Amino acid sequence: MVALERPPVSDPLLRVSRLITHQRGPFDLSIDAGECVSLRGPSGSGKSLLLRAIADLDPHQGEVWLDGVACAQIPAPQWRRQVALLPVESQWWQDEVSAHFYGVACPWLIPLGFGEAALGWQVSRLSSGEKQRLALARALMNRPRVLLLDEPSASLDEVSAAALEAVVADYRHDTGAAVLWVSHSAAQAARVATRHYQLTPQGVQEGEP
Amino acid sequence: MITLSVFDLSLAALLVLILAALSWHMRLGLERSLLIATLRMVVQLSLIGLVLKTIFATSGLLWVSLMAVVMLLAAGREVMTRQQRRLKGWWGYGLGTGAMFISSFAVTVLALFTMIGNQPWYEPQYAIPLLGMMLGNTMSGIALALDRLTQTAWQQRAIIEQRLMLGQTRTEAIDEIRREAMRSGMMHIINAMAAAGIVSLPGMMTGQILAGAPPMEAVKYQILIMFLIAAGTGFGVTAALWLASRRLFDERHRLRLEVLSAPRP
Repeated sequence: MVALERPPVSDPLLRVSRLITHQRGPFDLSIDAGECVSLRGPSGSGKSLLLRAIADLDPHQGEVWLDGVACAQIPAPQWRRQVALLPVESQWWQDEVSAHFYGVACPWLIPLGFGEAALGWQVSRLSSGEKQRLALARALMNRPRVLLLDEPSASLDEVSAAALEAVVADYRHDTGAAVLWVSHSAAQAARVATRHYQLTPQGVQEGEP
Repeated sequence: MITLSVFDLSLAALLVLILAALSWHMRLGLERSLLIATLRMVVQLSLIGLVLKTIFATSGLLWVSLMAVVMLLAAGREVMTRQQRRLKGWWGYGLGTGAMFISSFAVTVLALFTMIGNQPWYEPQYAIPLLGMMLGNTMSGIALALDRLTQTAWQQRAIIEQRLMLGQTRTEAIDEIRREAMRSGMMHIINAMAAAGIVSLPGMMTGQILAGAPPMEAVKYQILIMFLIAAGTGFGVTAALWLASRRLFDERHRLRLEVLSAPRP
């Protein structure tokens, strides 16, 4: 009998282990480098709270590992630059868009459907769809290794949503980043992700999109 | 110095009584609170006069210190009650009190030792009025600045957390709010210095002149006091804001607004 060749077992890029936050959980999940996984669940099931805990924005029990290094071993700001959370509603605290990019050229503006002039726009005049796409561009400027996307195309039309999906897919292929994508649409989940998680009161379960 | 008789004061009190009668006649509804406030003022000031008279007579360090501590604790309470959302637990009281202790006390003691240099340094005639002016002014500054910090942090919590998500440290994420709070804490003393002598004659200087001091001497004292108040307010506000903004976050740079109490109804 010939022993089957097994691929070398490597750590997933992101591993969430026994995570409990706001009396929810424990949650376990893992995402490999270059992989996109969808996360679905009814409203109020705690999807956003789970993402916040992974980004270490809320106190939690359990541990999150990035490439084998525990979250607690890395200073929190450094962790959040590598594990980027894109919230449903982005916030902008300066008057001009460019101030949030610290004057650095952003390679994702054109793929997301903006001209270079977008950097000079006033934040107060942005539509919610423009904010959502610019927030992705801003988050990518940190070159994160993990993207936690909370309904990133909720206020986008089909064309913009397709552009955003393409930008995330390209970034994932180019950098080997792991993506956890919260979506309300089964069609979108099937389109962007190769594995699918469902959030239930019992925890995270893998299944159909 | 011309001393005032009871008759002189009664004559002035008559004016307030006439005002109260006018309020009653015009149905303004102010007469009750006006009379109560007047009465409180007379009783409180008479009591403090008696206390100061006793302390001046004994001149002991123990009594002066005791008086200073009572003043400090009262000012600390005042800072706390002026907060819409205060830090829970001992922090709410200790923060303002501690900041005033290290600023007002330190500056007052420094002034007594080096600039005024009387013997002994704690002579109550100088120590207590000086400390009173310092506490009164740093108190307003610290109360305003803390209130601004906690209110703004509460209103802008989404922005603070967005900045944290992008990898900013807790210091960076609250920096602009803290600077804004610093400005509102310092505004009063900066305006008072700018307007001094033109718009307003400061109370202490006026008092000294009324008491017969040569105007230039009174002015020099007033300038000294303004310097001390500006420095004391600045240091006190800086310390209070530094501690409070630290307290709003935990060691993992998470915004923890649950350390603030609910606003008063």
